[in-house]
Amino acid sequence: MQRRGVAQTNSEQWVQCAKCRKILFRPDFERAMRVCLHCGHHHRLCARERILLTVDSNSFQETDADLRSVDPLGFPDYADKLRKGAAASGENEAIVTGTAMLGGYEIGIGVMDFSFMGGSMGSVVGEKVVRCFERGAERRLPVILFCASGGARMQEGLISLMQMAKTTAAVSRLQRAGMPYIAVFTDPTMAGVLASFASLADVILAEPGALVGFAGQRVAAQASVGKPPANFQTAEFQHEHGMIDLIVPRKQIRITLTYLLEMFLPVEAPVR
Amino acid sequence: MITIFDFEKPISELESAIAELRQLAAEKGLDRSREIAELEAQRERLLKQIFAHLRPWDKTLLARHPKRPYALDYVRLMCESFLELHGDRLGFDDPAIVGGLAKLGCYRLVVVGQQKGRDLKERQKRNFAMAKPEGYRKAMRLFRLAEKFRLPVLTLVDTPAADPGVESESRGISEAIAQSMLTMFELSVPTVAVIIGEGGSGGAIALAAANRVLMLEHAIYSVIPPEGCAAILYRDPNKAPQAADALRLTSESALELGLIDLIIPEPLGAAHRDPQTTALSVRSAVLQQLDELSRIEPDTLREHRYQRFRQMGVYETV
Repeated sequence: MQRRGVAQTNSEQWVQCAKCRKILFRPDFERAMRVCLHCGHHHRLCARERILLTVDSNSFQETDADLRSVDPLGFPDYADKLRKGAAASGENEAIVTGTAMLGGYEIGIGVMDFSFMGGSMGSVVGEKVVRCFERGAERRLPVILFCASGGARMQEGLISLMQMAKTTAAVSRLQRAGMPYIAVFTDPTMAGVLASFASLADVILAEPGALVGFAGQRVAAQASVGKPPANFQTAEFQHEHGMIDLIVPRKQIRITLTYLLEMFLPVEAPVR
Repeated sequence: MITIFDFEKPISELESAIAELRQLAAEKGLDRSREIAELEAQRERLLKQIFAHLRPWDKTLLARHPKRPYALDYVRLMCESFLELHGDRLGFDDPAIVGGLAKLGCYRLVVVGQQKGRDLKERQKRNFAMAKPEGYRKAMRLFRLAEKFRLPVLTLVDTPAADPGVESESRGISEAIAQSMLTMFELSVPTVAVIIGEGGSGGAIALAAANRVLMLEHAIYSVIPPEGCAAILYRDPNKAPQAADALRLTSESALELGLIDLIIPEPLGAAHRDPQTTALSVRSAVLQQLDELSRIEPDTLREHRYQRFRQMGVYETV
């Protein structure tokens, strides 16, 4: 199956960039964190790869891995989609959460995985995000979330819409505790996730070229007078309009996050 | 504009027959009261019969009915007085969201609601109640006003969705929705939301992070419009009726799932057949909630609101 933002993996040694179509030597591509060496296109990462590339080595401890989605509405094909999502991503749900060290600081972290049902937010994603914020408030941990989501999970109906409110409420808990929350928008960060906890971070970073927006491109174009600009709903578009602090290439994300933690946390905080 | 849905057709046929008879009786001075009474009884039976078996799609059409009372109709019919306030103080005043200061029984309130238009011109002006970022920013400004002067907040939710256009995207529609919810969660005054018509996804929840969430009987509340769901699920927007079933977007389902607190009953034949009675039902339901909430301490109100949404979600632990 060929998807936007996914490099073709038809050979052991060679991969093709999903954007410029040039052929890349796989070990080089992996060393570049799946960023095309020719055009700089940032290919999607799965949650585990992202964690490995971001946090201090061997520091990640997963939390709430025992939560599983159910099919509360008996929605057509949902059970099947959950099974396929698990098979495609190797995960139990569309987000992996836990605690880790980053640049010597202890953090709460959540990483969404687009390959599990498009990273959609249902009850389990909502609950894990909330627990991440609550843990941050209780244990005084900064929270870093990597977003990758098409939005709310339609298959859970109104319950999934309520996850927008639930996760938003949890952001206010962390804010009251005075702990920083940093969001990183990766490809794609859309709709119900963008319109809830994602947009409420103290600092928002985004990867170059990530799709970031509210409605689907077709819906947005239909609802507008005139043609949308060429970079409509990209991270760059949102940055131009003041919705994103910084566009950060993947290889600089770790150092940028560390700098932000240094700025926000008391000097004595690092536990080395 | 008169819109008659399939399931309403036999009723409106009877209604026009009754009207004709009445006119005839008045013009010719004849006593047709027996016939009229008979037809009215028949109409009543038919209404009961039809409204006892409404499917989710029928309710979707009722929630969008062009004669259904809108936010300002409720404000006018249920509040003793209302002063509309305008603008987000950031350069815009979105007509899709109205808000102001109202008296309701013994309460002074801040009311915020989405407003649809009655005719073509007003519909365009109000953008079909699809609010832009400035609409939610106006709402937030009014929420903060309520907090400052310790006024309870009533929101009236009726929107197909937030505005999805390029302009709204450029001004941060997602951020505005998220901030609107966040602002509601931070309030320490009582907040009540009533879904009066269409509770359309993010655009609706942006105004519904309240202590109590009530729904009119024939209102709908959904994560995605049935047409959009059908396009994804069946690759056919015409299968919206099936999608409406799957989404469980009715007030009964929302109550069953524990996502709303109360259903406000509508008069037989739905709100548009008797806006006055509907508004009085909304009034007494809201007053009852305010009576309960105003006895709770400010910090506890915030905590209750947090817990109300905190427990929403269905999953299992393995």
